[in-house]
Amino acid sequence: MLNFILLIFIYIGIYAIAAMGLNLIVGYTGLLSLCQAGFLAIGAYTTAVLMTTFHMGFWESMIISGFIASLFGILIGIPTLRLKGDYLAIATLGFGEIVRNVILNWDSVTKGPMGINGIPGPSIFGTTLSSMDKPAWIVIIWIFVAATYYFIRRIIRSRVGRALEAIREDEIAASSMGINTAKYKIGAFTTGAFLAGIAGSLFAAFNQSVAPLTFDFMMSIMILCMAVLGGLGNSFATIVGAVIIVLASELPRLMGISHIIPPQLNQILFGLILVLMMIYRPQGIIGRIKLNYAKIVKEEISDLEK
Amino acid sequence: MPLLYTQNLRREFGGVIAVADVDIEIFKDSITGLIGPNGAGKTTLFNTITGLDFPTSGHVFFKGEDITELPAYKITRSGIARTFQNIRLFKDMTVFENVMIGRHFRGNNPKIVKNKFLNFILGRIYVKKEEKDIYENSIKWLNFFNLLDMRDEYAKNLPYGKQRELEIARALATEPEILFLDEPAAGMNPQETDSLMKTIKRIRDLGITVVLIEHDMKLVMNICDKIIVLNYGKKIAEGTPSQVQNNKDVIEAYLGKTDD
Amino acid sequence: MNLFNIPSNELLQHLINGLTLGAIYSLIALGYTMVYGILKFINFAHGEILMAGTYAGYYFYYFLYDPSKGAAYTIGIFIAALVIAMIASAILGVVIEKVAYKPLRKAPRLAPLLSAIGVSIILANLAALFFGTKSKKFEYPFNNSSMDIGGSSITPNQLMILAVGLIMMAGLKLFVDRTRLGKAMRATSQNQPVAALMGINVNLIISLTFAIGSALAAVAGVLIALEYKVYPTMGTMAGLKAFIAAVVGGIGNISGAMLGGIILGLLETFGVVILGIPQGLKDTIAFSVLILILLLRPSGILMKNIREKV
Ligand SMILES: Nc1ncnc2c1ncn2[C@@H]1O[C@H](COP(=O)(O)OP(=O)(O)OP(=O)(O)O)[C@@H](O)[C@H]1O
Ligand SMILES: [Mg+2]
Repeated sequence: MLNFILLIFIYIGIYAIAAMGLNLIVGYTGLLSLCQAGFLAIGAYTTAVLMTTFHMGFWESMIISGFIASLFGILIGIPTLRLKGDYLAIATLGFGEIVRNVILNWDSVTKGPMGINGIPGPSIFGTTLSSMDKPAWIVIIWIFVAATYYFIRRIIRSRVGRALEAIREDEIAASSMGINTAKYKIGAFTTGAFLAGIAGSLFAAFNQSVAPLTFDFMMSIMILCMAVLGGLGNSFATIVGAVIIVLASELPRLMGISHIIPPQLNQILFGLILVLMMIYRPQGIIGRIKLNYAKIVKEEISDLEK
Repeated sequence: MPLLYTQNLRREFGGVIAVADVDIEIFKDSITGLIGPNGAGKTTLFNTITGLDFPTSGHVFFKGEDITELPAYKITRSGIARTFQNIRLFKDMTVFENVMIGRHFRGNNPKIVKNKFLNFILGRIYVKKEEKDIYENSIKWLNFFNLLDMRDEYAKNLPYGKQRELEIARALATEPEILFLDEPAAGMNPQETDSLMKTIKRIRDLGITVVLIEHDMKLVMNICDKIIVLNYGKKIAEGTPSQVQNNKDVIEAYLGKTDD
Repeated sequence: MNLFNIPSNELLQHLINGLTLGAIYSLIALGYTMVYGILKFINFAHGEILMAGTYAGYYFYYFLYDPSKGAAYTIGIFIAALVIAMIASAILGVVIEKVAYKPLRKAPRLAPLLSAIGVSIILANLAALFFGTKSKKFEYPFNNSSMDIGGSSITPNQLMILAVGLIMMAGLKLFVDRTRLGKAMRATSQNQPVAALMGINVNLIISLTFAIGSALAAVAGVLIALEYKVYPTMGTMAGLKAFIAAVVGGIGNISGAMLGGIILGLLETFGVVILGIPQGLKDTIAFSVLILILLLRPSGILMKNIREKV
């Protein structure tokens, strides 16, 4: 039982990292992306291939995974130069499907539908972790959650965050204020993809295996639900959203009634969350936090006076 | 040489010729009025000059350089700012933040900052210096418009006239050499319009060239050095206020043909 | 003139296959395009509306199915099932619009899109819950043995798809171009406030749009079901592809949707044959086409590039 709860919190942490990345794209910049699972897949498979085929260590693989995912973020971010709202959403959805298709069919590298097994665990302080070492995993993953939270907070409170907010509010006005909107939008995409890549890498190393079917459209939707449920444009709320969604999907198993609860109910729940939240509480449970940049800047520059 | 001029600027939307091969010249330190009936193509002309729309053909030159193909943000950075006919403030941002965004790119100093993205996150010292510049300049422009005591108000909560002023303040924060105002007096009461007239003159006195679209003839005739008249996309007249007022084509465009 | 070393009878065969596939895409694409034309949003649940109608038609058909009553009876109940499917989808489409989209008409753009994604997930999973995840075979109501034309074969079902597709599309085009309601529909999609001022009941037009689009999708659904069975997620991929077809033709443009469907059907069929793209990557063709067209000509091949009015 305890083991199971630990497991749940490991997954919450992994999803929270990816969801905070998505929140940067959707919540702060206002671009709807439906391919976060695709970036996770890229991260997970990069780590899997590097560690099994090239016998690299986990930490190097993780960093590379993050960067490869963000490279694809740039690739899919470029269309955002020209696409708005729904079109962008569909393009990202298409991208996610392409990733999954390629992984499924590129047998020589990804082992196709079978996936890659036998990924070694990360080594830390001379010992190699396996999926069994849950307490250690919890610590590692939640350190990454905290780091991600802090990283995004820094971005959002900086001038970059201010520009992202302006772009979300009115892109045309922002560009006529001299803001290179394309650069910021691609930047947001790339960073969100990077974080998903890191999450995917952790996912692969923790499970010690990856399979293509894991990273489907429903996973993108689930991550999106986390961000929407907590409140778009609020990283802390996103973590809360991740806790609620993962707990809700694992509740039947937690209560030992998974045999009478059909798996579809779970997904129906995600669907209901999206519809009901949009109609009755579009700002999410906690809601967006509006920063006051004038105050932030004033504080920040106060020590320059001397 | 004019500060800004266009050559055969043309913009078509399907069959509609919104701007038909227009040449205009804007001289430094002047206030130029752009008038014409509804749908004459005034806003479209502004859009093609400021990079929010691309002309079907023709060119725009600013300070001697061809800026026709530049994206909007580069045009702004080169020294051209604008406001919008239907106000486009960042509604859910504060008054202060709106002006800060106007100043945003001026804080970019490519000489010192290379890898900017990381530097912002790390909160380096020169980032702070840039932020200080943005902060202080924003205060300057808020003061210019007497908006400082509303600085923490959301833009959407300002009265209409103040929103128009805030939009001008935001545009000025980009430090333009030339400022395009699209119907700045629209929706203002007579007192507000009067004070706007004074403000526009003050802006000109700062050494900023002003081009404005306006339907309020009193305002236009009072403050403009030169007036350009558009009708059905074509430039039908230009000259001093009195020249334009007495121009037969202009009277016809506004009142319709009187003979017959 | 044999560019790719494909025997001409095979070429004809692929053409037939591509056109049938394209006709299906076109039928579905029409729904996306009509809704987008009026509400400026992508009805993500369109594929699931198709699926629901198909199930309705399927159950109706097998409720009355009785092989002892002869071929005419079978054809009769099949046509009735087609109509039932159309009605079911139409009602579902209208209800979904009222419940999940209408409250969001003034909300930011993200909201209705997310709501639509939610609806589509709910529908697909409800179907899995009630009808089971196993796919069900929808038997051809007629003898579907293929006929030979010029060395390639065409099945009666393919013929039916082409015929039904053609009739439906021609009917829609006539309706939109010639009737009062059709004109009101076009007026609403061009300028909703002005249409409302001129006394057009905009809500009615929106409902009508959803009804027609959904009914057309149901027809496509039943036609697909004959070839590929009925299952809860049958609408998802078909819906996505059809959406791509709508984008290719220029979304909001009815003729564009038809053309886009045909183009996509042909591209997919010939992409596999000519470019030797493996079957497993077939779906990638459509998505690559989508991303390419969005990059090169985002307003589609039939629409003029129009920028947002500032
Ligand atoms: N994005 C667009 N798409 C299609 N037609 C457009 C677009 N923008 C402008 N037009 C058309 O171009 C013509 C000129 O419009 P414009 O807005 O430039 O006129 P204006 O002189 O600013 O009028 P007003 O005084 O009413 O603001 C009009 O016929 C208008 O309908
Ligand atoms: Mg105008």
